[in-house]
Amino acid sequence: MEKMKKLSKTKSISYAKWGYIFIIPFFVVYLIFTLYPQLLTIYNSFFEYYRDGLNVIGPNFVGLRNYKELFTINNAGYVPIVKYSLNTLILWIIGAVPQFLIAMLLALFFTSTRLNIKGQQFFKTVIYMPNLIMASAFSMLFFALFSQVGPINQLLQSWGAVNEPINFLGMTISVRGLIGLMNFLMWFGNTTILLMAGIQGIDESMFESARLDGSNSTQVFFNITMPLLMPIFIYVFITSMIGGIQMFDVPQVLTNGKGTPNLTSTTLIMYLNNFLGVSKNFGMAGAVSVLLFIITAVLSAFVFKTITRK
Amino acid sequence: MNSNANRNAKIKLFISRFVVYAILIFLAFLCLFFFWLMFVNSTRSNAQLQSGFALFPKENFLKNFYNAWHDGTIDIPTGMKNSFIVAICSALLTTYFSALTAYGTYVYNFRFKKAVHLFILAIMMIPSQVSAVGFIQLAFKFHLTNKLWLLIVPSIAAPAVYFYMRQYLQATLPLEMVEAARIDGSNEFRIFNQIVLPIMKPAMAVQMIFSFVGSWNNYFMPSLLLNDAKKKTVPVMIGTLRSADFTKFDMGKVYMLMLMAILPVMVIYIILSKSIIKGVTSGSVKG
Repeated sequence: MEKMKKLSKTKSISYAKWGYIFIIPFFVVYLIFTLYPQLLTIYNSFFEYYRDGLNVIGPNFVGLRNYKELFTINNAGYVPIVKYSLNTLILWIIGAVPQFLIAMLLALFFTSTRLNIKGQQFFKTVIYMPNLIMASAFSMLFFALFSQVGPINQLLQSWGAVNEPINFLGMTISVRGLIGLMNFLMWFGNTTILLMAGIQGIDESMFESARLDGSNSTQVFFNITMPLLMPIFIYVFITSMIGGIQMFDVPQVLTNGKGTPNLTSTTLIMYLNNFLGVSKNFGMAGAVSVLLFIITAVLSAFVFKTITRK
Repeated sequence: MNSNANRNAKIKLFISRFVVYAILIFLAFLCLFFFWLMFVNSTRSNAQLQSGFALFPKENFLKNFYNAWHDGTIDIPTGMKNSFIVAICSALLTTYFSALTAYGTYVYNFRFKKAVHLFILAIMMIPSQVSAVGFIQLAFKFHLTNKLWLLIVPSIAAPAVYFYMRQYLQATLPLEMVEAARIDGSNEFRIFNQIVLPIMKPAMAVQMIFSFVGSWNNYFMPSLLLNDAKKKTVPVMIGTLRSADFTKFDMGKVYMLMLMAILPVMVIYIILSKSIIKGVTSGSVKG
């Protein structure tokens, strides 16, 4: 036994170099295309560095000035980072609340032996479909459908529901509502499938014994399903939040990058994107990125804990 | 008494089933409705589109297709070609190298094995936008904008795909098999390419699909890097279409362009929906 152990150890040492060889491509690419740009991003955030017409200003070291600017009331009377963070949060919530409620409900329907739902594969296929659709094209579609001369207004007018076409893209409530609706449609199928897998992973005997004890379905849900599903629910919830922070394609295309009306649908990444456009304001963009990094790192810590849990 | 209670339970079950199916059908309708409108509108002429709402296709599909394919401002054939190049190359590179990396940290014992594995998991959730500033700066500095390979090569380091492959290896590859191949005298690369890769086929296929779809739909980075009309990918063209003066467009053509943008993914989904839906859950955490 002792000898065997020794033998296998010497053997594994002789192969160790292959371990390094096999992971080299990953790390070389990671260093050049991700880590180095990330460090450069952080470095930039401490510099005044942008383009003004044909002139490039900087890079001049300015310490924390870019960060200060993000957190200071600007000429238009708001604190940039607060406004855009709140926009992002609101847009995420509008989509995520129905997304999680409906997904939870559907997951319970699909796993219920009492209901014994037929055609599950069909329903799952249909509700997951929007998740794979190009978000920018989906958003462009909504723009065309909900424009003042688009089919939705035509439909409402032909029904006599409205006399004048509704300017869906000119009002905060409808723009935010449409973005929420798109996010909901794109993600509730995905969430349903994940929660369903979670429920199916729960030991069947737990449900059996609860039923024998005379628990009704509400009690079973709150006392058994929900507590046992919690780790997966939290994982799905936090990954959804991290996705929400990265919200870009849908509002960007719907509002043509302008966050109309009055920047009420400008998300954090749209704000970042504006700095990377013509002005190439690497300093400010760097500061926004560092904040994004901090927020996602905190959230990721939870995900990391879940996936490394034994 | 007993049969009465039984009947009540049956009625209750019937009603709850009815409500559940109604909800499911409504949600399925909601998911399909907007895409159905897009398809219907892509078959109508501009005049028909101005005249009112329609729920069923008309006869202008081929005409709109011809017009969209030969459009002067939005060069969709070039866009689709570029998108295919990026999406296919990324899918191949990301699956091969993720499998290679996962195999490296799974089969071999080396000093930093555990640290490497945990490091990759830790960076998994960092959004790609966080490195965008530096990435764009370097791309401009080294005149690499409008180079498609710049969108392809970074996919070699894909932590999430690595995680999936690693989980898969752990579940399917017995280490004895590697040992046996070594005794047969195969070298390490051959063992990976000729014995391990075939075992990983199902995992590779799932990740290839997700990676293809991901790059096909990717908008953020390409929109910042590609401004040459000959190098734009489809999502960037959709963005261009949005910022163009809309009122001057033949709307039938606009709907057709959107249809073309999502069609390849739709076709893949219709053929492979079963394995795609299975793949959604197998990559995430096990409860």
